[in-house]
Amino acid sequence: MQELMYSAGGVALFGVGLYGLIVAGHIIRKLIAVNISGIGVFMFLLATASHVELTDPVPHAMVLTGIVVAVAGTALCLWLVLQIHAVDVASKELPK
Amino acid sequence: MSVLIVGLPLLAAIVCMLVRKKLWLSVTSVSSSLLLVLMVGSLLLNVDPAVSPAVYPMSGWGAPLGIELSVDGLSLIMLFVTSLVVLLLSVYSTYYFNVSEQHIRFWPLWWFLIAGLNVAFIARDAFNIYVALEMIGLAAVALVAVAKKRAALVAALRYAMVGLVGSLCYLLGIALLYRLYGTLDLSMLANLAEPSLSTSVALCLISLGLLLKTALFPFHFWLPPAHASAPAPVSAALSALVVKASFYLLLRFWLEVLAPSVSAGAANVVGVLGACAIIWGSLCAYRATRLKLVVAYSTVAQLGYLFLVFPIALAGDPELGFRSGAVAAVAYFVIAHALAKSAMFLAAGNILASTGNDDIRQFSGFASRQPIAVFTIAIAGISLIGLPPSGGFIAKWLLLTAAVESQQWWWLVVMLVGGLLTALYLFRILGIAFEQNQPLAKGSNFLVLPKPMVFCGLALALLAIAGGFNAEWVIQLIDQDMSSLHGMGVAS
Repeated sequence: MQELMYSAGGVALFGVGLYGLIVAGHIIRKLIAVNISGIGVFMFLLATASHVELTDPVPHAMVLTGIVVAVAGTALCLWLVLQIHAVDVASKELPK
Repeated sequence: MSVLIVGLPLLAAIVCMLVRKKLWLSVTSVSSSLLLVLMVGSLLLNVDPAVSPAVYPMSGWGAPLGIELSVDGLSLIMLFVTSLVVLLLSVYSTYYFNVSEQHIRFWPLWWFLIAGLNVAFIARDAFNIYVALEMIGLAAVALVAVAKKRAALVAALRYAMVGLVGSLCYLLGIALLYRLYGTLDLSMLANLAEPSLSTSVALCLISLGLLLKTALFPFHFWLPPAHASAPAPVSAALSALVVKASFYLLLRFWLEVLAPSVSAGAANVVGVLGACAIIWGSLCAYRATRLKLVVAYSTVAQLGYLFLVFPIALAGDPELGFRSGAVAAVAYFVIAHALAKSAMFLAAGNILASTGNDDIRQFSGFASRQPIAVFTIAIAGISLIGLPPSGGFIAKWLLLTAAVESQQWWWLVVMLVGGLLTALYLFRILGIAFEQNQPLAKGSNFLVLPKPMVFCGLALALLAIAGGFNAEWVIQLIDQDMSSLHGMGVAS
């Protein structure tokens, strides 16, 4: 029962994240929405781990890898946002 | 050997991160890509139909516990095309980047991208495929942004978001599969999976993720800006290889791993979306004013053809001949498009690099100033339109035949209209290029490009034509795959 609740929660978080990604206007908000989706997926995986009698280590390994990827992806996106900002600031300072 | 196919690009990436001299970066990369071609070539020559697919358990641990790699005909074709395109693009890239900072950033990412592609082609583990997708996605995004132009940065950001969402959908899908069947190994999944609502949901999620990454209409919105604003060799690799990797995985899941769960309705939906992609992509390509944007929209259109394989191959009994015919056709499409499209992007990149802009309306009389670039576009265009003798012609012919054999003539109409539209947007470019009336505008000076840059594009275009003469070989490889898939032994 508890496991089912966590699974449903994970899927719900995934949906909330997707919705946020589509409706959010600001790029940082979109990025946070993607991260929420990711956490939803990880939650679902964790619930899967307790699906069997003994706790299954494979989903844990998958979540760990997933977290690493999510951190790397978020960092890359934030770097891109900073670069775009830097280009915009530089182009404003130049006399037209 | 198959471990080396992944190991070599990873090693090259690490070496490229350590050496920071342009010369050494170039030497490492060109020699590694040459080695990769030789390795895949030797695998291809020594392919043994009796042990296809050849399975390699990593460090001796077999399927349920360890991770396996496997090489069959289709993955060999993908690997070979990838290594061939990578070799020519690597040579091109050593001349393309003229700022040493860009060289330092480009090469490690380039090799990570190739490592990711190779993993995707030979992985037998669903989670391994997720890691490969992320490697490809992150490296591709960073490569688009390598030149730090504003348009490229914005396109890269959008591409990154779509990529992340796509892989999350895929991850949720395989999480569901793992919960249902307790395994991630593709062969075991293929044996265990039964059609059920949960399996269909998992298949939907996996397909949605992969379709986002393959940019099937209407998910193509991120592709044209990203492919058009990236540096030329990156655009070429993205259009030729990266979108094909996710398509290849989709093909594996639909025709092999979860084949019993795929309904005819789903196949038709994807086929119709493919048809929309052909028409819409071609129309957008016709209306685009920048050369690289035309080529990028042309990728959207050409990707549409690939998806016609699903309704054609999944109609009727899997043991009928036209299924393997349809898969052979799609493999041929992948080969022909990879070669022709990378040639076209390199030619467009050369024009952009030598004149500083790629606005089509200023192309008047271009054929006399950059004859080889225009010639490359024309030759690659022959294959894209599907005129004989070219790889594109064989691909279209095989797909047409399979469509007729499966009694679905309406896909024929789509293919023929698509071919005409392709001719329309390509002849528009060539027509302007061959105009004679305009004298050279004053002050417009042309940068003379190094010879290898010019000839890499031409070589790829000529390979696309040469692809028209090797049909037997591809068909045979695919036939072996399909017959081993359906347990019929090796068909003679």
